[in-house]
Amino acid sequence: MTADSSTTLSATAAEASSAAAGVDRLAFTLFVVGALLVLILGFLNLAFVIRYRRGSAAPRPPLQIASWKIETAWIAATTVVFLGIFCWGAWLYVAMERPPAGALEIHVTARQWMWDIRQPNGRREFNTLHVPLGTPVRLILTSEDVIHSFFVPAFRLKQDVVPGKEVSLGFRAVRAGLFTLFCSEFCGSKHAEMTGQVVVDTPEGYAAWLSAGGEPNRAVANGERLYLRYGCSGCHTEGASVHAPILAGLYGRQIPVAGGGFALVDERFLRDCILMPGKNPPAGYPLAMPSFKGVIAEGDLIDLVAYLKGLGSPPGPPQARSLP
Amino acid sequence: MTPGDAPDYLSGRTSLGSWLGTLDHKRIALMYLFSITGFFAIGAAAAAAMRTALLFPAGDLIVSDLYNRLFTLHGVVMVWFFLIPAVPNVLGNFVLPLMIGARDLAFPRLNLASWYLFMAGGLLVLISIAFGGVDTGWTFYTPYSSTYSNGQVMAMATGVFIAGFSSIATGLNFIVTIHRMRAPGLLWFRLPLFVWSLYSTSIILVLATPVLAVTLLLMALERVFGVGVFDPRIGGDPLLFQHLFWFYSHPAVYIMILPGMGVVSEIVSCFSRKPVFGYRVMAFATLTIATLGFMVWGHHMFVSSESVYAGVVFSLLSFLVSVPSAVKVLNWTATLHRGHIKLDTPLLYALGFMGLFTVGGLTGLCLATLAVDVHVHGTYFVVAHFHYVMVGGMVMAYLGGIHYWWPKISGRLYHEWAARIAAVVIFAGFNLTFFPQFVLGYLGMPRRYSTYPEQFHALNIMSTAGATVLAVGYIMPLVYLTWSFFRGPLAGPNPWGAPGLEWQTPSPPAQHNFEVIPVVTTGPYLYPDNASADPAS
Repeated sequence: MTADSSTTLSATAAEASSAAAGVDRLAFTLFVVGALLVLILGFLNLAFVIRYRRGSAAPRPPLQIASWKIETAWIAATTVVFLGIFCWGAWLYVAMERPPAGALEIHVTARQWMWDIRQPNGRREFNTLHVPLGTPVRLILTSEDVIHSFFVPAFRLKQDVVPGKEVSLGFRAVRAGLFTLFCSEFCGSKHAEMTGQVVVDTPEGYAAWLSAGGEPNRAVANGERLYLRYGCSGCHTEGASVHAPILAGLYGRQIPVAGGGFALVDERFLRDCILMPGKNPPAGYPLAMPSFKGVIAEGDLIDLVAYLKGLGSPPGPPQARSLP
Repeated sequence: MTPGDAPDYLSGRTSLGSWLGTLDHKRIALMYLFSITGFFAIGAAAAAAMRTALLFPAGDLIVSDLYNRLFTLHGVVMVWFFLIPAVPNVLGNFVLPLMIGARDLAFPRLNLASWYLFMAGGLLVLISIAFGGVDTGWTFYTPYSSTYSNGQVMAMATGVFIAGFSSIATGLNFIVTIHRMRAPGLLWFRLPLFVWSLYSTSIILVLATPVLAVTLLLMALERVFGVGVFDPRIGGDPLLFQHLFWFYSHPAVYIMILPGMGVVSEIVSCFSRKPVFGYRVMAFATLTIATLGFMVWGHHMFVSSESVYAGVVFSLLSFLVSVPSAVKVLNWTATLHRGHIKLDTPLLYALGFMGLFTVGGLTGLCLATLAVDVHVHGTYFVVAHFHYVMVGGMVMAYLGGIHYWWPKISGRLYHEWAARIAAVVIFAGFNLTFFPQFVLGYLGMPRRYSTYPEQFHALNIMSTAGATVLAVGYIMPLVYLTWSFFRGPLAGPNPWGAPGLEWQTPSPPAQHNFEVIPVVTTGPYLYPDNASADPAS
């Protein structure tokens, strides 16, 4: 994992995402102000220790100002300064957490001890993440075992990757190059080796890379295989003995749910329906669906959802399609 | 008060049995002193091994599995078997009854029982290390600890669980003692600030430690019986563990630092011959920290996928809890102003505390700042920050307190210049060890890595060099204090000319402290130049 030291230094210190400069500006302001405060306090302590050393002739008249006034002054001053820092940090953070519109979505699955990455066209890579320069990217992260953390120092961004849920991390890369990726949540024996790199390329370079090694529709094809293997097609078909929703054409629509109201059928909704069928079931159907929690691996789940997303308008029973 | 005919607590019966069965708070304090010094040595040895391994980026000296066991051992032993018990159970146990004019703690048998619980917990932790160790880190994050880790997790967690009951027993004992056993006339606002800090600490010990016990029990349920609490595969929620764990462990940070702040208040006042500036504000600041400390646990979880709103609220509360800490630092400096300062060893440690704690506190503000925390969370920046607070702050205060009360504990003086040099060596070694880690962290080096990229090499060498200096600094007091205990010149009852009740007893004090219970008529820091100082008036 070691490389030429000059390139790796820039690999973590560079400001390579749109968030990085703002974080650095805030952090360096805090460092400078903090250093000044430490110097001032240190100087005062030293000056007092010398001037008021026991036996010195320095005058020590009683204070002419009530101590409660001094206390009130510095409680007020610290509170105001601290709240100011809080606001600055929170403002940047809320902006960072806001999901970018029209972002490129890339799935990242962490497991002991590797990063398993699926590009939008199904191209898969391990421990290397290709992203285009200047384009908003949304990573959708999940873990198959323990908690990991996706950390790219040059982006000044970090997100814990938690098993059992999907979390997203949005960013826009502003510098081309290779940047180090670390796992920063302890995850077992080879935690320190769960590293990789982010390759930021020009949009054209990224597009060329994507299509060059592309396995178009690999995810969808695998998803279709899983759809059959896990018996989804047994119920979600016209005329099946169990009354279940027909899935074709469902993605992206608002559907009525049993608890009242409507829900948007998006990736998260489909994922929840598969793992926790009782959480927010569609209205008008018996709750016959078993949970696939712990049955379908995270990577397969992503492919299965990709397949469901791609199911166009009805009808066309899935069995009718040819297997690859 | 004249030295009575009663033998001091060290003489009289001296058999091993008389020590192991003693109900005297001063002897129990010394038993704690011995045991936590032993635990500190074990934890420090683990740190030394890690720092040696980190001399080389490839980490060839120690395989990753051993490295992971070392940092877990270091964290568990240092947190639960050194930092939490050090000041309350050694210094608090020894001086609390003396400071409030009592003959012992309220429950002497409970006090002894809590030492045995502490040792039982410590023994279990040592056994778990002997039988292969644990690699989860001291935080025991699930589902790694509950499902995936192969070490002796249950033995170590049980050790921590048992030691927790020792904390609860001590906290309860202190609370009752401070409420019920104060000498006549010793009003609440005549209590020394060290007593206030022990009181606040005890409240946290009693309220927070049970949560740790419950959390470890739930982890055991999952690990041993497969009940799904934290592992999502069997229906649990891994973040629930973090919420419960930090609901205990963040207040535990204040368990570690508040008593140290109390010690610093005593020392700064004594060696500048002035009452602590803003006494009442200091007392209320201590209580405020203890209260707000319960409401900030979520700042350990900003990147854990907790909600953005939760992050913002926890950040705000974290800034608020730092106001009283900042006020304390300013008040200590104001106490020095126009004092009659003598730069003896305890004050050197207190000044070291003020500087290092300020750095630790200000970098804590960086971590409470949401956008900055996202970058430095889980890196060496955090490691450096909490070592500045815990080692730079708490350990400096502990050593300052040991030196301050040493004449009372042992009845003898130590070699002043040896002690001053040791204090400076520790200060220098500490900064050389941990300051480079701030830089490492901001450059992105994650913690708990047994190997690291070449670019971090130079800073790691600096840190290891500093650790070597620090080790020398820690060995020095061990030598000259041991010498002092047997050969040092006699100290007399009050070598510092301090006004506290503990200094009005002979050194070392008699078995039951006071022949006649003193009657208190003034505030805690009455020096000749400040004859009117009574905060209770």
